[in-house]
Amino acid sequence: MSDRLTLLWLQSGGCGGCSMSLLDAEHPDLYGALELSDIELLWHPSLSEASAEEFLDLLGRISRGEQRLDILCLEGSVMQGPDGTGRFHRLAGSGRPIRDWLRELAGLARHVVAIGSCAAFGGITAAGDNPGEACGLQYTGEHPGGLLGEDWQAAGGLPVINIAGCPIHSGWVLDCLAQLALGELDEDALDEYHRPRNYTDHLVHHGCPRNEYYEFKASAEKPGDQGCMMEHMGCLGTQARADCNIRPWNGGGSCLKGGYACINCTAPTFETPNHPFQETPKLGGIPIGLPSDMPKAWFVALASLAKAATPERLRRNAVAEHIEVPPTGGRRRRP
Amino acid sequence: MSRRLYGPFNRVEGDLEVQVEIEDGRIKAAWVNSPLFRGFEQILHGRNPRDALVYTPRICGICSVSQAVAAASALREAMELEMPDNGRLTTNLVLACENLADHLTHFYLFFMPDFAREAYADHPWQAAIAERFRAQTGRCAREVLPARAAFLHLTGILAGKWPHSLSIQPGGSTRPVEPQERIRLRQIVGQFRQFLETTLFGDALESVAALDSPDALDDWAERHADSDFGRFLQVAGALDLATIGRGPDRFLSFGAYARADGHLFARSTWADGKRGALDPSAIREDVSCSWIRSQNGPRHPREGATLPAADKPGAYSWCKAPRLNGQVMETGALARQLIDDHPLIRALVAQSGGNVRNRVIARLLELARLVPVMEDWVLALRPRQPFCLDAPVPDEAEGAGLVEAARGSLGHWLRIRNGRILNYQIIAPTTWNFSPRDAEGTPGVLEQALVGLAVGPDGHDAVAIQHVVRSFDPCMVCTVH
Repeated sequence: MSDRLTLLWLQSGGCGGCSMSLLDAEHPDLYGALELSDIELLWHPSLSEASAEEFLDLLGRISRGEQRLDILCLEGSVMQGPDGTGRFHRLAGSGRPIRDWLRELAGLARHVVAIGSCAAFGGITAAGDNPGEACGLQYTGEHPGGLLGEDWQAAGGLPVINIAGCPIHSGWVLDCLAQLALGELDEDALDEYHRPRNYTDHLVHHGCPRNEYYEFKASAEKPGDQGCMMEHMGCLGTQARADCNIRPWNGGGSCLKGGYACINCTAPTFETPNHPFQETPKLGGIPIGLPSDMPKAWFVALASLAKAATPERLRRNAVAEHIEVPPTGGRRRRP
Repeated sequence: MSRRLYGPFNRVEGDLEVQVEIEDGRIKAAWVNSPLFRGFEQILHGRNPRDALVYTPRICGICSVSQAVAAASALREAMELEMPDNGRLTTNLVLACENLADHLTHFYLFFMPDFAREAYADHPWQAAIAERFRAQTGRCAREVLPARAAFLHLTGILAGKWPHSLSIQPGGSTRPVEPQERIRLRQIVGQFRQFLETTLFGDALESVAALDSPDALDDWAERHADSDFGRFLQVAGALDLATIGRGPDRFLSFGAYARADGHLFARSTWADGKRGALDPSAIREDVSCSWIRSQNGPRHPREGATLPAADKPGAYSWCKAPRLNGQVMETGALARQLIDDHPLIRALVAQSGGNVRNRVIARLLELARLVPVMEDWVLALRPRQPFCLDAPVPDEAEGAGLVEAARGSLGHWLRIRNGRILNYQIIAPTTWNFSPRDAEGTPGVLEQALVGLAVGPDGHDAVAIQHVVRSFDPCMVCTVH
């Protein structure tokens, strides 16, 4: 048996988008990163040669203790429905609900990692009335529990590591796997929902390209406008825990850079807001969700002051698709 | 006669199980099961109509832009809105980027690794193919992953990220392009062209797109044996991949990449050797063999419902069975290029129908045809002109969004009442291709394509099943959503 960490990746009630996002990894690419962390991919549904009985044979060997399992990753929600039977997803070829496989394999793995908000909390699959009875590995929405229960710990001593996001950034996963490989990931490295603090110690607001509009409360009013999207367009970037505007997506993007609102996809229950995703709920004209850690009175006072001070340039550009008024400050005067 | 169960199939998006009946070493009948149900149609019910732009892309991580484009276009019809030219071009660019990245992923990571299997160890070509295409360790992966990621930088600019963008809106794109970004986009597409021309084709894209007959293709394959497309053609010849996986030879394309009038790749059907007009009102979803509650016979998706019935007698899949005028239709790149009248594809289908080889050729041909068009679209972008229009969503309205994902025709049907989603039904490409039997007992496309396949007396020699299944580039998470 080699000393390399072994990793098994399973998918259930999800879209496969986290795996697709993982393939977007660059410098190093996915295989390069796994090699550098000395991780052996036992099986991944999109990437492995082994199919059908070869794969079921692998699960059997893990069950019997003949194959060591260091890291079990689940992508997608745990499907408990219908009526708690798990039949909404029976692992093909096995006839057995994948939920039951997961419970067994989690007990054999040194570390268990939930990939994406579905596996962590239930996610999109649990939206609305949750027709699939979907839950996360150790959470049901924001409540501890899920498939494995609040007090469950993997053999390595950690709870399920929740790399929440819809989808994940490849860097969030590969950083976490590298830390596991180095033995450097401990409980202090996880936040209150057991998400790696690597990325959740930041707010999406950090590095937002629309910061100047935010400062002056110069707000976008319709799709394509350049202004801050917090006041009208449903943006939750000032509350959302992730480093999306610091760590580039696909070479340099982010939701905000793409011109649309942050929907707080790393948070439990992000999938069922009690308002339309692209509209900001308000009470008396003031957004209900305030920036993290900001007292309401101060926010209201600062916002009204900022609005009074908004330069004409920002007021006009905020509701335009293109820069209509370029900045003038700092230009050297002709002698 | 014996029965055998195959699954899970990996290197398909999602989970899949196939049961077969074997007689004299060949498949006599097949039953295809999509084993995962999530319930998106129920999730969408009662939401604000624009929320479909958040939910539907998350049906599928590999077709998320296609889902977004279908949702935006259903909303656009309901809102009676038009897109400005820039909005249409941007939508097409992001959709083309996803579709072509999918074609690339399918060929290199999902389809070709099966030829590296030990089952082919006796074949003279196997060692070289394995060295290049073996899953995870083959040399090509380390070339393809960076090329794919670099190409997806286009979505980083135009859509913020991939997958699961919210930039595609009914009125266009939330992401206006600045002049310098237009240049950067041109470079991204150009760099992808270079990768294709060096690695996949070893030839100019225009020369590949101009191949117009099976003879021209054979001749090309001889001259470009050291390109990856050339390698595939050799293996396809050696294993007679044109003789396996024959579907019903009736094809469907909703038309790909909207233009001011019509589509870049035509909308139509194809059967009995000719094109026919496509009437979307003739689509019905049959649920006779699906674990889905019946509604007194097949329904048009506009009137359809998707409610699970896990104990339904006679059912064996969560997938519904869509039919057009009661007929089983194959959809995908082969259908698209056939219906768009590409001479090579026309001739190949006339010769040998829809089969494993022809499906793969059509996909790669699409890469060669579309990248030059993307270059033109980038240059046609007009910075400082509008990218997105908006309008209120009416309280009562209906809309349909018909688009082409990498793997075929995708339709969304939306009904709005009192400003909320009353009904939202989705038919995905693999729902067409991997459907179960209908009320008449007629098997779906894959179920037909597997019949006659040689698998050995007890079904152990089953690597050919892998080729047939993957030749459709199935997306199971879309199939049942």
